[in-house]
Amino acid sequence: MLHDCTFFTRKEILQLHGRFHELAPHLVPLDYTNQPDIRLPLALIVSMPELKENPFRNRIVEVFSEDGQGNLSFNDFVDMFSALCETAPRELKTIYAFKIYDFNVDNFLCKEDLEKTLNRLTKGELTPEEVNLVCTKAMEEADLDGDSKLSFSDFENMISKAPDFLSTFHLRI
Amino acid sequence: EEEKVGEEKPEVLSPEELEKLKEEVDERKKLISTLRGKPWPMRKKLLTLRESHEFVEKYEGALGKGKSRKLYAYKVMMLKKWMKFQRDFENFKTACVPWEMKIKEIESKYVSYLFLLYPCTVLLVLPGCLLFFNLAEKALMGRPYGSMPRKTVPRADEANAMDFAVLWDFGGYAQYSVLFYGYYNSQRAIGWLKFRMPLSYFLVGVGTVAYSYMVVIRTMARNANEDGGGDNNSFNFSWKMFTSWDYLIGNPETADNKFASITTSFKEAILEEQESRKDDNIHLTRFLRVLANFLVLCCLAGSGYLIYFVVRRSQKFALEGLESHSWWERNEVNMVMSLLGMFCPMLFDVISALENYHPRIALQWQLGRIFALFLGNLYTFIIALMDEINLKREEEEVLKLNMTIWEASLYNGTLGANSTAPPITVHPADIPRGPCWETMVGQEFVRLIVSDTMTTYITLLIGDFLRAVLVRFLNYCWCWDLEAGFPSYSEFDVSGNVLGLIFNQGMIWMGAFYAPCLPALNVLRLHVSMYLQCWAVMCCNVPQERVFKASGSNNFYMAMLLVILFLSTLPAIYTIVTIPPSFDCGPFSGKSRMFDVIQETLESDFPAWFGKVFSYASNPGLVLPFLLLMVLAIYYLQSTSKSYKQANLELKKKLQTVSRTINKVLTLIQYLLYSLCGTCTDIVCPPESTPCKGGEHRAHQGKSDHQIPPSATSPPAPRGHRIPGPLPGNQWQPAPSVQRVPNSQRH
Repeated sequence: MLHDCTFFTRKEILQLHGRFHELAPHLVPLDYTNQPDIRLPLALIVSMPELKENPFRNRIVEVFSEDGQGNLSFNDFVDMFSALCETAPRELKTIYAFKIYDFNVDNFLCKEDLEKTLNRLTKGELTPEEVNLVCTKAMEEADLDGDSKLSFSDFENMISKAPDFLSTFHLRI
Repeated sequence: EEEKVGEEKPEVLSPEELEKLKEEVDERKKLISTLRGKPWPMRKKLLTLRESHEFVEKYEGALGKGKSRKLYAYKVMMLKKWMKFQRDFENFKTACVPWEMKIKEIESKYVSYLFLLYPCTVLLVLPGCLLFFNLAEKALMGRPYGSMPRKTVPRADEANAMDFAVLWDFGGYAQYSVLFYGYYNSQRAIGWLKFRMPLSYFLVGVGTVAYSYMVVIRTMARNANEDGGGDNNSFNFSWKMFTSWDYLIGNPETADNKFASITTSFKEAILEEQESRKDDNIHLTRFLRVLANFLVLCCLAGSGYLIYFVVRRSQKFALEGLESHSWWERNEVNMVMSLLGMFCPMLFDVISALENYHPRIALQWQLGRIFALFLGNLYTFIIALMDEINLKREEEEVLKLNMTIWEASLYNGTLGANSTAPPITVHPADIPRGPCWETMVGQEFVRLIVSDTMTTYITLLIGDFLRAVLVRFLNYCWCWDLEAGFPSYSEFDVSGNVLGLIFNQGMIWMGAFYAPCLPALNVLRLHVSMYLQCWAVMCCNVPQERVFKASGSNNFYMAMLLVILFLSTLPAIYTIVTIPPSFDCGPFSGKSRMFDVIQETLESDFPAWFGKVFSYASNPGLVLPFLLLMVLAIYYLQSTSKSYKQANLELKKKLQTVSRTINKVLTLIQYLLYSLCGTCTDIVCPPESTPCKGGEHRAHQGKSDHQIPPSATSPPAPRGHRIPGPLPGNQWQPAPSVQRVPNSQRH
């Protein structure tokens, strides 16, 4: 059933299960036919090599968890990698990218969200004035309706023209 | 409605209800197939899937009635089988992607590499075609080795035909094998299948070129579509912020480099934005740039002359006999070309330090110069080759004269000039052989590619591996830090390697017509290269410090590939059209021009009217106006596309203005409602209680506003409670999004 809901083949889902099991061998059963409700905490998931170096790893896991705190069940785990895989369509990735960059989860990218994104990207190397300038410029460029925050349609409009989006917003497992 | 239907017997359904049910089932099926693209939490998706499956299975059987029931059931079963087949095929395809794990490893350390697979597919198809008729030659009707003069080593050379040195030079047995043009039989129809050898050789040669063009242009068109074809400058900062981090990075070193390069790129963008660039001494900069270009031109001219000189020398050596010269002198041409290809780019790099360009521009200049270098070298090589071809053709004339004398000598003057006699059997090895210029051309290309391969591998081993070993082990006993300072580990140069691949492909295209097995050899070489490079990249290289792409999209490299394709097929086409083929070797021997084979085929294999039509169609009086028409069409399309771009920009501006206006209006309405509600609640509810206000806030869900406090009053909705469909942002959207439609259809 899972491979009707994701972009993975059966073989890949089994591989994913193997990886999930590796993260916590004593917690995750090898046999999933009874559909046990095991959730792995955020700290375990972000220790995976694919996510370890990503500055947004915490947000990614939080977005795909049901409780919003980062505890992933196996279904959520598969969902996460499926939405970020190569074959996922642009629209789906745009929706999830918006959710990931929305740090305060208010369905808008406000200035604080942009500042947080920038600081994670540059590891705090830019001065506060530079951060302010960049965020103001980005807001100006993308904000179509002039409410000084980016709604989903603003974000989508901006990302749809980005040439690098599909090639960078992609995880491979 | 579902429950109502379920309670009735299926046969009692009226046609409209049946129709509605069918629609419902179809809709559910569509939902199932699009489920993976929906942004819902997995739990919801699985639930929907289960429900839809149950619904479909329950009512599918009930839908077919009477005579059409069997047909309907059959259709459904075929559809299921087809979907299963598709799914299995997808699984099979993904399993077939070569080197998947290797690519993943490398991608996590370096930038995305996938576009390199495109030229690889082209490379893999070419040998497929060429191998085909090659095998046909052998299997279907091939007269084996030794049966014909063109397939046999001449008696004089037999003694050393198996020597390794001779074979490495592609002489001896290698020369008289399927590897080269000269081997193939020119008989029109061979064997019991009447396989048209010359025709197929010609068509496959032309066909592979045409296919290559198609693949490259299709890839470029696809890339251009994905670009969105628009204004690349209007979202600079936003794109830098949201699309610069590469999620594939898994290696700490690369991550650090990436952070640094992102920071640098932001700082540069900020500087440009503030326009605080000092315009000092623009004259000095200009002078330096002109000087740099002049130096580069000198280099290019120098290398061109060097190659010409060396090729001339090798012709002289060939005349004197190859045995009397050292190995270096025999392989001079190839070695010189490979060495130039290695050292000149480094020289260009040094010269470009004078120019002081932005790194991306500098990279483009560098790539352009290397391009010019390779092209110049290749064309000089070809011109020199042309001289050799002419030499060989003169030799041929002489030989033809000698042939008649030799034949006469066979009969030893026992016969008169006009009488016939039973042909004396002569062993094919003894018949004097014409110098086959086509095989010579094929040999030269094969040798070039082999020496190019060798140079690449040796550079890799010495330049990367040996250097890494030295740096690692000498570091313990050296005065300065070798790893951070001067030699350090070599960087993996993506653009340089891609360029190398592209030129390799160009050489293949040039030589494929005269050495049919060349693409197959190249595939072998690419496999070995791949493994060698993978190993070198993971163990001896470090990622580049500043990761700059040569262009926003992959079309830059595709465009180069296209230019190379065009430029490399030019010489081959020129030789096909102008130079008459050799008289005794190859599939076109004896004809006055190679493309005569088409004429012959048209005359003999097709009905007479076809030939007439073809001759009318190829009349210059028809072709020239057609070409003119195409030029006009291109001009027209160009100007309309420009006007569309303009219209696009204006619409975007209008969009911004309109959306700002609507937003203001909405804010005004909200303010009015709020103040209205405020007066109401003052009357109805006591002023201290908040629930009414909270309720009002929830009713205006999603509308952006400045006065009403933001989502502090309502907690962020957890995933499980989120409403499917578009995110509740601004309610007004410029175009209805796709997700809204099913909602309205359901009621």
